[in-house]
Amino acid sequence: MYNFEFEKPSSIADAVAALGGDEAQALGGGQTLIPTLKQRLASPTTLVSLSNIPEMQGICTGDDGALCIGGSTTHGAVASGAGAYLGLAALAGHIGDPAVRNRGTIGGSLANNDPSACYPAAALASGATLVTNTREIAADDYFLGMFETALEEGEIVTEVRFPIPEVSHYEKFVQPASRFALVGVMVAKFADGVRVAITGASEEGVFRWAEAEAALSANFSSDALDGLTLDADNMIGDLHGSKEYRAHLCGVIAKRAVAKAA
Amino acid sequence: MAQVTMIVNGKAASGTVEGRTLLSSFLRETLDLTGTHVGCDTSQCGACVVHVDGVAVKSCTMLAAEADGADVATIEGQAAPDGTLNTIQQAFQDHHGLQCGFCTPGMVMTTAALLKDNPKPSEQEIRVHLEGNICRCTGYHNIIKAIYAASGQDVAALGAD
Amino acid sequence: MPKDGEIKSGIGASSKRREDVRFLTGNGNYTDDINIRGQAYVFFLRSDIAHGTLNSVDTSAAAAMPGVVQIFTGADFEAVGGIPCGWLVTDKHGEPMQEPKHPVLAHGKVRHVGEPIAAVVADSLEQARDAAEAIEVDSSELPAVINMKDAFKEGATKVHDDLTSNLCYDWGFVEENKGAVDEAFKNAHHVTTLELVNNRLVANPMEPRVAIGDYARSDEQHTLYTTSQNPHVIRLLMGAFVLGIPEHKLRVISPDVGGGFGTKIFHYQEEAFCTFAAKACNRPVKWTSSRSEAFMSDAHGRDHVTTIQLALDKDNNFTALRTDTLANMGAYLSTFASSVPTWLHGTLMAGNYKTPLIYVNVKAMFTNTVPVDAYRGAGRPEATYQIERVIDMAARELGADPVALRRQNYVTEFPYATPVAVEYDTGDYHATMDKLEEIGDFTGFEARRKESEAKGKWRGLGINNYIEACGIAPSNLVGQLGARAGLYDAATVRVNATGSISVMVGAHSHGQGHETAFPQVVADMIGIDESQIDIVHGDTSKIPFGMGTYGSRSLAVCGSAMVRATEKIIAKAKKIAAHLLEASDTDIELKDGMFSVAGTDKSVAWGDVTLAAYVPHNYPLEEIEPGLEETAFYDPSNFTYPAGAYACEVEVDPDTGKVTIERFSAADDFGNVINPMIVSGQVHGGIAQGVGQALLEGCSYDEESGQLLTGSYMDYAMPRADDLPFYSVDHSCQTPCTHNPLGVKGCGEAGAIGSPPSVVNAVIDALHSGGKEVAHIDMPLTPDRVWNAINNA
Repeated sequence: MYNFEFEKPSSIADAVAALGGDEAQALGGGQTLIPTLKQRLASPTTLVSLSNIPEMQGICTGDDGALCIGGSTTHGAVASGAGAYLGLAALAGHIGDPAVRNRGTIGGSLANNDPSACYPAAALASGATLVTNTREIAADDYFLGMFETALEEGEIVTEVRFPIPEVSHYEKFVQPASRFALVGVMVAKFADGVRVAITGASEEGVFRWAEAEAALSANFSSDALDGLTLDADNMIGDLHGSKEYRAHLCGVIAKRAVAKAA
Repeated sequence: MAQVTMIVNGKAASGTVEGRTLLSSFLRETLDLTGTHVGCDTSQCGACVVHVDGVAVKSCTMLAAEADGADVATIEGQAAPDGTLNTIQQAFQDHHGLQCGFCTPGMVMTTAALLKDNPKPSEQEIRVHLEGNICRCTGYHNIIKAIYAASGQDVAALGAD
Repeated sequence: MPKDGEIKSGIGASSKRREDVRFLTGNGNYTDDINIRGQAYVFFLRSDIAHGTLNSVDTSAAAAMPGVVQIFTGADFEAVGGIPCGWLVTDKHGEPMQEPKHPVLAHGKVRHVGEPIAAVVADSLEQARDAAEAIEVDSSELPAVINMKDAFKEGATKVHDDLTSNLCYDWGFVEENKGAVDEAFKNAHHVTTLELVNNRLVANPMEPRVAIGDYARSDEQHTLYTTSQNPHVIRLLMGAFVLGIPEHKLRVISPDVGGGFGTKIFHYQEEAFCTFAAKACNRPVKWTSSRSEAFMSDAHGRDHVTTIQLALDKDNNFTALRTDTLANMGAYLSTFASSVPTWLHGTLMAGNYKTPLIYVNVKAMFTNTVPVDAYRGAGRPEATYQIERVIDMAARELGADPVALRRQNYVTEFPYATPVAVEYDTGDYHATMDKLEEIGDFTGFEARRKESEAKGKWRGLGINNYIEACGIAPSNLVGQLGARAGLYDAATVRVNATGSISVMVGAHSHGQGHETAFPQVVADMIGIDESQIDIVHGDTSKIPFGMGTYGSRSLAVCGSAMVRATEKIIAKAKKIAAHLLEASDTDIELKDGMFSVAGTDKSVAWGDVTLAAYVPHNYPLEEIEPGLEETAFYDPSNFTYPAGAYACEVEVDPDTGKVTIERFSAADDFGNVINPMIVSGQVHGGIAQGVGQALLEGCSYDEESGQLLTGSYMDYAMPRADDLPFYSVDHSCQTPCTHNPLGVKGCGEAGAIGSPPSVVNAVIDALHSGGKEVAHIDMPLTPDRVWNAINNA
């Protein structure tokens, strides 16, 4: 690692101020950032830890009934504390491994937007709102492609608000080495329709599968997806799976997600 | 450079660290607690697992500065002061749950965290919980048995010789 | 024979491992745990291109960076030797293999991603790394040759300009048999042909390699601490061939080593560098590999591309077998690289079968990849995989039962001289297959297949046999075959005055449990408690000599040396006892630690005899010397031949192609067993690595750029706990080795050799049960590959 200054502010305001410095970078749980720093692929002059900001911690229910999760809440805390949204709690409980879940945070994961990460599928399928230090961003406007988001320089995800679906499920088919999603499908059924978000598969990062949403909104059963296919052209092709394989898996895993939705 | 202070295995410990100093380096190099091992650089193998404020973390993926003020437990603090192995350690020896020993500290610390949350895990729960701990020697067979035994359950029920 | 657990101590007891206590409490002493006062750290600047000319390496800016002690480049090592290869293979025309120089640091050219170009020694590792980034390397990238078939083509880019081609050797075995083999194929009733890949693997012991060089000007003594399976071999190779340091001025210490699996046998550049630099910098120099570095600097394993053919007569008897293999050497010859696809592979091509005619051709190729060398099994898994896949394929083509086809062709009479130059001393292949059918519950398989079908899954059963050769010897034979070393081992048994014993052994334990199992043997021979005996290993200054631990040789070779030395101890102790008991030494019996005079009630205890040896007041000084310490070197007269039968049951998810192992059974014949618990553990671990090879692991390069695609655990799939089942292992079938004193055969590699074919055979069987006529899928059988095979069937 290149060396850097370490700061650990205790309020969002102080964190934002610290991030205003030259080449400053936010540190969530560090489960992706620290391995990146070890490879010397990033060289911040200051790392601003978001782990000691009480207003970014914890889970509560908002006035509109949404589940509000502080940006620095760990995956482990979501797994055990998001009982109001079982599909989300289960998703969080299968990210990485237990030790990673004790450090990694929802805000960090969403800010990084790894194309194989789980949380982006949850946020997108839930129609979540990402609250930052300056504004609120709808999930549909937030994910801009692999590792790209609508966040501005120095902007941090302080909270994520998840509308709670009637039923939901996240089904993950893992890449055997990294255990990230080779294909992960989140299905969420709301009163006004079904949302389906897929991670791991596309070269453009997490995406919604409109045809599947329409079919499932009309008939929420896995049979409704019969015959639906995704174009392989936009899929990731690598040594773990061809484009065609990933396109195929999207259908299979989506059906399984629907079948298990509760 | 900054001064960090933490409780490690029940005793106060402090040292000077750079921003980039990892908790694993602080433990191994500053405190000479070399039982915590580093087997990869992508936060996957789990040889470096320690407990920070009661939960298992990968010490190679946490800055020492982040642990300032924390209560840290490592493999060196697991046995009784007279050297008597704790239940988990003894089960690993009884069931030959280790060979080269390199992944073992992480396995023991991960097991301790598992049994705290889930005192009677099933075989499958144990296997899933070990997702972040890689062992190249044992094929996991005897590790699973050891953890099951450490939980006080009858290993015979596993149907594994 | 007694059941596991019935014997409480000595040979046959599942004694708990004493070494566990230090590992379980964080008190192990691994090389990276060692820090020497004043040590500096080295960071290697490694090539990021697969092939290129080094025009210049400018270290001037880097040398001025904070903390830098000294920077070395290839030019600094021009005067020292290259990293040697320990086995000279002679090709089918009688010519020696092509042997390129393997420099400590690249000079003039780089030939694989990860090859060290420069080494920065600095006060801290981060300072060394900072300075390494300031080194200006001017290189011209050249086309990389990655694929072996491309490397073999006329006009291919040459990895080494000074060699005639990329062909290291073209080996034929047994060359005189080739004509007869070809004739047998012409006359065959049926011929099965299979093209397959034995996938490239990375050994991945959990402890990355570490080396620390130290030098004492006071007595010109070099010390190297290194993560090695064989410290004496490192001392020999590095001292004699690379740095020119005589043995008495070079001490090599390998303390606790966190797994080896072959890749820690070899002498590596980093070891030579740290030893050299410690003197040059007048400071201890430490190198700790990161995992990422390990992927591009540890020797890889396997990587064969093979066409195998099996000829059968009308009664399904095997009449001939021939195989053509391209074997990847990587960019340079690692220590035992040349022997793996030849002597460790060709001599095993008979398998468990009495095929009368066999011909093996191996073309070893240089490519712009990391050197390839022995990995758990080394050549024998490659042989077993081919044989057992082609037999399964033949059974399917002929509509024969795969078990019956194997049984019909078993070698049943021993000793058996194979057509590939080795003689199996003992074995009982029907017995292990009988045992396998029992523990694998073959009769229940059809019911389980139906259960899977009901869940929408396809179940398959795959079986295979294997045979391996352990304890490669005798030295005069291996010398004729090209080995540049002897393959004996040594032990010193030092009995202390009060009767406790230190045994200094040449074998090295890095997970195998020697510290527990070896004392069981000595305790049994003398009749004292195991706790009175300690094993000392891993330090050239403490042990007499040793060729180390690999090839499942430790007990069969070094253990035999220990037995011979203990026999000498007992013989001498009997003389002392005879003197004390005023009897003839021929009348003295030793039992349960007591020497007694046959037919009388006169006896003297072990401890009284050992005390007499060191306090020789009442002692036959005119006949024997005081003291009680003996050394033996043991050179086996033959290999040992463990063998067994393995079965795997899988479920395939036809929608995703994912394979899950539902059941794995292994029936092994290891001859006599010293510690059944440890033996089972060795088999478990081997199976996990074999299943890993079959389903998960594959080291992959981009064939255009030569970049390593699997450079970390993010892309190289290590088997984890939820990838694997419990294994049912049995080693009750025992045909003891006839030519070593313990009757033992070796168990370390069996699991890794025996498991891949049964996994692949099971998947193919599952696909057929799903109606998919798939003949073969190359390992690893990832979901993507299996799904593609299903789709294209």
